[in-house]
Amino acid sequence: MMFDAGANVRVKDDWPESRGPVHIRTPHYVRGMQGTVLRRLGAFPNPEDLAFARPAPVRALYHVRFDQPAIWQEGHAGDEVVVEIFEHWLEPA
Amino acid sequence: MDKDTPRAHHDMGGAAKFMCEAVDTAPHGLTDFDKQVDAIRGILGAKQIMTVDELRRGIESIPEAEYHRLSYYRRWIRSITAILLEKGVITEAELRAALEAG
Amino acid sequence: MNIVETDGEQLLIALRSVLAAKGIASPAEIAERIASTDSASPGQGARMVAKAWTDPAYRARMLVDGSKAAEELGIPMRGMPPLGVLENSADVHNLIVCTLCSCYPRAVLGYPPFWYKSAGYRARAVRDPRGLLADEWGTVVPDDVRLRVVDSTADYRWMVLPLRPAGTEGWDVARLASIVREGDMIGVTIPKV
Repeated sequence: MMFDAGANVRVKDDWPESRGPVHIRTPHYVRGMQGTVLRRLGAFPNPEDLAFARPAPVRALYHVRFDQPAIWQEGHAGDEVVVEIFEHWLEPA
Repeated sequence: MDKDTPRAHHDMGGAAKFMCEAVDTAPHGLTDFDKQVDAIRGILGAKQIMTVDELRRGIESIPEAEYHRLSYYRRWIRSITAILLEKGVITEAELRAALEAG
Repeated sequence: MNIVETDGEQLLIALRSVLAAKGIASPAEIAERIASTDSASPGQGARMVAKAWTDPAYRARMLVDGSKAAEELGIPMRGMPPLGVLENSADVHNLIVCTLCSCYPRAVLGYPPFWYKSAGYRARAVRDPRGLLADEWGTVVPDDVRLRVVDSTADYRWMVLPLRPAGTEGWDVARLASIVREGDMIGVTIPKV
């Protein structure tokens, strides 16, 4: 999926870890959370496949900003966490 | 959010059990062991024998207690060994022979 | 016991032997690799910061493409992951972490420090960054400055371009570079005169 800078997105609330051996680079703490795309960082082979020496399709990588206090219901208003997230983990919010 | 999610043990952002853990901010130089392990990983990567993604996957599959007990580069050598064996780059027989000779 | 559970030091010796026998990694290649990795240090990043502080056009280029900016200063970047540079300002303080492992801008800063790879840092940086910085480094980010934690989860590696401190007017790049520490370029500390 293509996202413009400024797009509101949600990280899929998916837990592949519970289904078998995987290698996931989307941290647990953003799964299911809403964020804003800062920019597209480029496109890279999917690490989830590289980790198992499988053919790895190239996927768009986005820099996504999350409101920090919203993640754990604690923190300093205005602070943010920015995470590199692959397109297949994002959906429009 | 300390909800009951199937968080992998290496996925440590905000993990409650480490929120009170002090951080040793003193400089710690790398030992010869560390540098050799690091170098071997780099060579395997440069020669496209093993990727950093495979290294990470191997580290993540170390059981939780061991993961935290092992030093950083001991996790690496364990992962490198496991991945190379898995991929048939080296065999267990070869490794055992080398361990016995060592 | 599974063979991979063998003591790490013994595994290294055995692995070196097997890899050498197979022509995969000779002792000379390993030594060369160590020497090359050793040549990267925080001094490289510090030179970039010092130049950015004195040359607005370089600063602008560095923020657009960190890898190219590093290469401009003779830092080898071929085959290295793309480098992103995050600028501290009056409004924003950046902090870098890799909560999943230890991804670090090695090409410009050298090996990651022990603390960066620790459980405490990886857990606390995203959840209590202000507490972490104050408790462990005495770094207090003012209330009116936004703290941005950047979790290195994929192909990019990140470094911070810290604010130039007051009291450095007229300094040349070498002198400026000498006050830029490793922690300043990760965001746990702020450069001081």
